[in-house]
Amino acid sequence: MKDLVKRYRKASINAVDGVSFDVRAGEFFALLGPNGAGKTTTISILTTTLTPTAGVVKIAGYDARREAAQVRRQVGIIFQTPSLDLNLSGEENIRFHAILYGLYPYRPAYRLMPGEYRRQVLELAGVLGMAEEVFRPVKKLSGGMKRKLEIIRGLLHRPRILFLDEPTAGLDAASRRNLWEYLRRVRAEYDVTILLTTHNLDEAEQADRICILDHGKVVALGTPAEVKSQLLEEHLILDAADRDQLRTELRRLEVDFQETGHFEVHLKGRSAQQVLRGLKTELTVLRTHSPTLEDAYLRILAGE
Amino acid sequence: MNAIAAVASRDVLKFFRDPARLAATFIFPFAIMALMGGTLQLNLGRSAGFNFIGFTFTGVLGMTIFQSSANGITSLMSDRQTDFAQSMFVSPISRYSIVFGKILGETLVALCTALPMIAFAVVLRVPLTPEQILLLGPVCLLCCFVGGAFGLVLLSMLTDERSSNQLFGFIFLPQFFLAGVFSPVSILPWYLEIFSLLSPLRYVVDLIRDVAYAGRAEYHKVVLFDAGLNLLAMATMFVIFMVVGTALFVRRETNR
Repeated sequence: MKDLVKRYRKASINAVDGVSFDVRAGEFFALLGPNGAGKTTTISILTTTLTPTAGVVKIAGYDARREAAQVRRQVGIIFQTPSLDLNLSGEENIRFHAILYGLYPYRPAYRLMPGEYRRQVLELAGVLGMAEEVFRPVKKLSGGMKRKLEIIRGLLHRPRILFLDEPTAGLDAASRRNLWEYLRRVRAEYDVTILLTTHNLDEAEQADRICILDHGKVVALGTPAEVKSQLLEEHLILDAADRDQLRTELRRLEVDFQETGHFEVHLKGRSAQQVLRGLKTELTVLRTHSPTLEDAYLRILAGE
Repeated sequence: MNAIAAVASRDVLKFFRDPARLAATFIFPFAIMALMGGTLQLNLGRSAGFNFIGFTFTGVLGMTIFQSSANGITSLMSDRQTDFAQSMFVSPISRYSIVFGKILGETLVALCTALPMIAFAVVLRVPLTPEQILLLGPVCLLCCFVGGAFGLVLLSMLTDERSSNQLFGFIFLPQFFLAGVFSPVSILPWYLEIFSLLSPLRYVVDLIRDVAYAGRAEYHKVVLFDAGLNLLAMATMFVIFMVVGTALFVRRETNR
């Protein structure tokens, strides 16, 4: 994706404003950003449901604007809000999708569908642990089951790229954890590239690479470790009964520190061991603080 | 063709799985036919010179199938709001297949509502020969296609379900009177005659009356145009609505 721009009709600012990044085959890539950052707009353009105002988007070698039909064959998508037909059963939703993708001819009932289709549905339902539920009306399924059903539907045509637009939104903690477990299994078994949008930092931290968007622009791009190290570094938290002596020793060692309750010592290239070796004061508090992605994310959004 | 069949069959399944819609679809037209047709027949039938129950039946039949197929197309609006439409739009089928599938599906749904209405008309002793009943099948099919295409044009103008409800009240209610669903429109003031001639429902209702009143003495009192002219008007409107409606809908979906 290069220099992507999208301005909605009647809007005065760009929803996506010159975004460029690439996702490698087999990669787990996360688009991270607050509400309104441009994540869903970006994913809509990538899946060809929205036309960009400017820029070039290529998916699996196909131009998203000129070769939209080929692109659609390569991608599966799980939308932010449920996109299942509640009037149909889980299997009927899957069958509808399979026929739209030209995988199988239209048949009005499951038992009339080719054996290969029935085998594929049962296999995917088995992988996702919903072999029985898949035949129930969708309106009777839990939120977690509906998400799994959407994953089955999204994988049926064996897409090379699976787009997940905030897939755990609205799910409870247990369903979220289960879903990620299933997605890991799916990724391993079906070898798909995953592009995730989320504002859940725990989810993004599991990605191979992340791209943080804010106000339609890329503000950070790299592995979670790279993004964190670009902005933050580890520091030591120290304290002692004799705080004056500790302060004097830290000044003598010429380390950068702040007194925020305890002493917060910024390592700036030194190892924790080097700093500790130079201290004679008996410590009452000693711990290291490793920055989380959340620390980096909040700092980025604060514009620091 | 498989994709069109899948889109169409989904609409039929949805119809039969929605008890409230099923009940409303069957009860409302029957109530109008029996109550309004019966009342008009008692009060005006003799002076008008034709049977008002038959007149109301043909009008309500045309109105119901036309409105049902047009209304059904706007379910793409609710699909869009639940992201279901998006899941169709990211599939590799053409937008035209989606539109044709929707029109076919809603046509089948509308025909499902027409069959019991025709049976009810027989119960109410509306004079229909077996040939006329058989001929009403394909005629209703054509009427549904026009209704579906008309719904497609409306759909391209809507922004959400609320605007859909408002626009439908505004668009359909006047047509019931301009198209002669409940009362004759053979004589109208010139300004209403213009609107009446622009109403697709007028030709739909009149074509049904062409069939239902064929060979009967009151044909010329009830029917406005001959079948050929009605068919020509419907075919022209169908082509215009399909081309304009599909183009607007596809453009709006991809170029928001």
